[in-house]
Amino acid sequence: MNWDAALPLLVLASSLLPGLVIFFLTEERVATRTTLNLAGAVLKLMLVGVMIWGVFHGAHYETRLPLLPGLDLLLRADSLSMLFVVLSSILWLVTTVYAVGYLEGSPNRSRFFGFFSLCVTATVGVALAGNLITFVLFYELLTLATYPLIVHRGTDEARRAGRTYLVYTIAGGTLLLVGTVWLYTLSGTLEFTARGFLSGLDATHHWSLVVIFVLLVAGLGVKAALIPLHGWLPQAMVAPAPVSALLHAVAVVKAGAFGIVRVVYDVYGMQFSASLGVTLPLAIVAAATIIYGSMRALFQDDLKRRLAFSTVSQVAYIVLGIAIAGPIAAVGGLVHLVHQGVMKITLFFCAGNLAETLGIHKVSEMNGVGRRMPWTMTAFTVGVFGMIGVPPLAGFISKWYLGLGALDVGQGWVIFILAGSSLLNAAYFLPILYAAWFKAPAGTWPAERSFGRRETAWALLAPPLVTAFLTLALGLLASAPFGLLQWARFITRLEYAP
Amino acid sequence: MSDIHWPVIVILLPLAGGVACFLWPRRSVLLGLLTALGVVACVAGLGWQVVEQGAQRYAVGGWGAPLGIDLYADGLSLLMLTVTAVVGLGISVYSSGYFERARYGQDRARHFWPVWMFLWTALNALFLSADIFNLYVTLELLGLAAVVLVALAGGADAVSGAMRYLLVSLLGSLFYLLGVALLYHSFGSVDIAILAERVEPSPAVWAAMGLMIAGLLLKTALFPLHFWLPSAHASAPAPVSALLSALVVKASFYILLRLWLEIFPFANAALAQLLGLLGAAAVFWGGFQALRQTRLKMLIAYSTVAQLGYLFLAFPLASITGWTGALYMLLSHAAAKTAMFMAAGNTLYFGGHDRIADLDRAVQRMPLTMTAFALAGISIMGLPPSGGFIAKWLLLEAAIRSGQWWWGGVLILGGLLSAAWVFKVVGYAFTRSEAPHEARAVPATMEWTALLMAVLAILLGLFAPWLLALLEIGSPFNRENAG
Repeated sequence: MNWDAALPLLVLASSLLPGLVIFFLTEERVATRTTLNLAGAVLKLMLVGVMIWGVFHGAHYETRLPLLPGLDLLLRADSLSMLFVVLSSILWLVTTVYAVGYLEGSPNRSRFFGFFSLCVTATVGVALAGNLITFVLFYELLTLATYPLIVHRGTDEARRAGRTYLVYTIAGGTLLLVGTVWLYTLSGTLEFTARGFLSGLDATHHWSLVVIFVLLVAGLGVKAALIPLHGWLPQAMVAPAPVSALLHAVAVVKAGAFGIVRVVYDVYGMQFSASLGVTLPLAIVAAATIIYGSMRALFQDDLKRRLAFSTVSQVAYIVLGIAIAGPIAAVGGLVHLVHQGVMKITLFFCAGNLAETLGIHKVSEMNGVGRRMPWTMTAFTVGVFGMIGVPPLAGFISKWYLGLGALDVGQGWVIFILAGSSLLNAAYFLPILYAAWFKAPAGTWPAERSFGRRETAWALLAPPLVTAFLTLALGLLASAPFGLLQWARFITRLEYAP
Repeated sequence: MSDIHWPVIVILLPLAGGVACFLWPRRSVLLGLLTALGVVACVAGLGWQVVEQGAQRYAVGGWGAPLGIDLYADGLSLLMLTVTAVVGLGISVYSSGYFERARYGQDRARHFWPVWMFLWTALNALFLSADIFNLYVTLELLGLAAVVLVALAGGADAVSGAMRYLLVSLLGSLFYLLGVALLYHSFGSVDIAILAERVEPSPAVWAAMGLMIAGLLLKTALFPLHFWLPSAHASAPAPVSALLSALVVKASFYILLRLWLEIFPFANAALAQLLGLLGAAAVFWGGFQALRQTRLKMLIAYSTVAQLGYLFLAFPLASITGWTGALYMLLSHAAAKTAMFMAAGNTLYFGGHDRIADLDRAVQRMPLTMTAFALAGISIMGLPPSGGFIAKWLLLEAAIRSGQWWWGGVLILGGLLSAAWVFKVVGYAFTRSEAPHEARAVPATMEWTALLMAVLAILLGLFAPWLLALLEIGSPFNRENAG
């Protein structure tokens, strides 16, 4: 096996093998475990760096192993998969640091970090999947790897959330599987191809293809938390903060959204989906999800729950960008895949810090917290402004392109959705900022832990600061050479160029 | 090496091992393990021969059919022999730990090893038989050996389970034997290849077919003839439960498959649909009952009822994809179910009970066993990457291609039912129970064999192309369904 074929496997192995070893470590071996975790994360990042360099210079990384007669397990680095791989490997490193700090001293850490590594392996597998069956394989693996993380605390509430999560995701996975097999019997191939591989099929199959599209998108929509399939996400926030961060920003929710992009672009093809008439309903579902998620977020007092509903809303931007069926909106959707991840992970890190340091879980307990934890709240503020779409932060870029793209293809109604959603974002986020910075503290915090002169542990503080900085950088440097926008334009050109 | 008579050796070696275990009971563990290793090596030798030279026909003692006994090994037989060898080795290793302790005592161990070796002999002979009368003889031997093993646990439960099992087993073989007699009377031969050429639809053939299929369905425990299985499989000692669920019920399914494909290819579509319907009923009933059980071993036994149902979905689908899907299901179920029964055996050994609601204390202190159960569960519910997923994919594909999508619906719903009970059990691993518990240490071999069998069920999901290629050697599937 040569280097080009081995590299995608190595990228997977860099988190899989440390994960498997960690399972067998005893609780006390903190140093070994942390070293393995960080070494895996850094190694993965380096391998991904090599991969990007190669892809940029025209190398073709592809691993192909026979899985079934006529079907391969195919891992491939293309421009779209690199977008997701880079996002997940950077945020994994950051989240690992955070998780090590967050879980210090709590039980069952070997189990936690083992599944944590499996979870990232599955995410990277989802990103690198070169055909639909490989995608399904890692998508289901992701379900299995995240369940133990959600129920990690073992409380009744956690187990209930885990059960809800399984009911939703296993049902969704089943729909996805049925759609995939059916598609295979019609097309005889499942390999992702720019502009899809189905447009050549006989017109008599078009109705089947519409039904299959619904099956696939419903299966993926469960993880992407499109309404009415979002019910598991607000419950799943009982998980420890690093898990919520990973779930909302990188792993589960993003895998669903990424899958929808794959299905629309590389299975059906943009033009062909539009001609089947499936993109407009998808856009409407996405728009409804955006508004509904924001409305629900308004009324949550639990901070993590509010953030969870905000995720429901924000992830739908990605789907909306794809479903508007225009090249400019598509750029908006794709960059939001990255932007939402970076911004949301910042917010969850901060929420975790508040809970871990001061015992704050509710918005109503946050009065004056900005004075006690200025750095955390600064990061939080950057994340919030990004979410609302204040220039020059990352979220602004997404919304700008989404709006511009919608106008470009004559879908003016989207502007109203975007404006309404920004208003709602402001309505549920700004009161938090106001309370944190300008109201007087209540006196004592619910459960305060002292960290000497620092506001909290380094391992907890550094990650949100890094991701807040990224939020700023992604906005400022969006148009820089080799920046995210160029990248997204490159992907959409494959799909739209004549 | 190509002129070694591997088929005969594969049968005689476990027989010799059984005799040795009987003669030197004090050394029975060592002898049993050595025999198991030897059988694995010999099956590998036979496999090499079959892969190199194609399907093998071997006349024992130089007397060919119709007078002598013929042995026949094609890809299908080889696959069954391989499963038996691998699972058999696992069960032997597991038993070396399980039967050595005080509870089971030297006495039980003394009885277990020879009978298990005889059972293995019967299985190997069955998969290599080239005529329907030898199939009868081996089936009967298999049934008797299995009954003895069930009774080994001692106690009222085990004895009544064994008794019921004995009656069912005898009745099933009797039906089958009547069918054999009818065919022999009509066509003057019991050789499968000869019968395949001669048999044509006639009332006697229909009667023979009905009798044989009924007998075999009873032994395979297809719904509604499954009534004997849960009690027999659940009351037996854990390694015995494992080999009953993984291997013994599959043997009668194998005979049914051979007859169906080679002697009765004209069997009408209505019968195939009926088998499919019963299979579907088994999937739902078994899955539903599994979900209701309060004891782990009963739960696993009912899941076997459900999993056997999947095998029968291939009959109405009647395509190569469908058959290979069913056989892959058989394969991965064998590995996964062995692992599950071993895991259940470990918790029973550890805590002295297998009540599901009280499992949390046991499973949390045996992470390896819990992992084995969870990994096996992934294969049983057909999630990737696992052997069960490959099987489900193939069956689904066959269902959609043949336009009979409702069988696909059965697969899907059955998978969801399995997922429900697997996670019901696995959920206990994450509770916060800290209560101290009287417990006995479980030998490491028992935990590790359970884990290895479960890992095997997962790995089967990655090696499908090679195993499916085996089936094409002298494939019985191509003759009528060339399309």
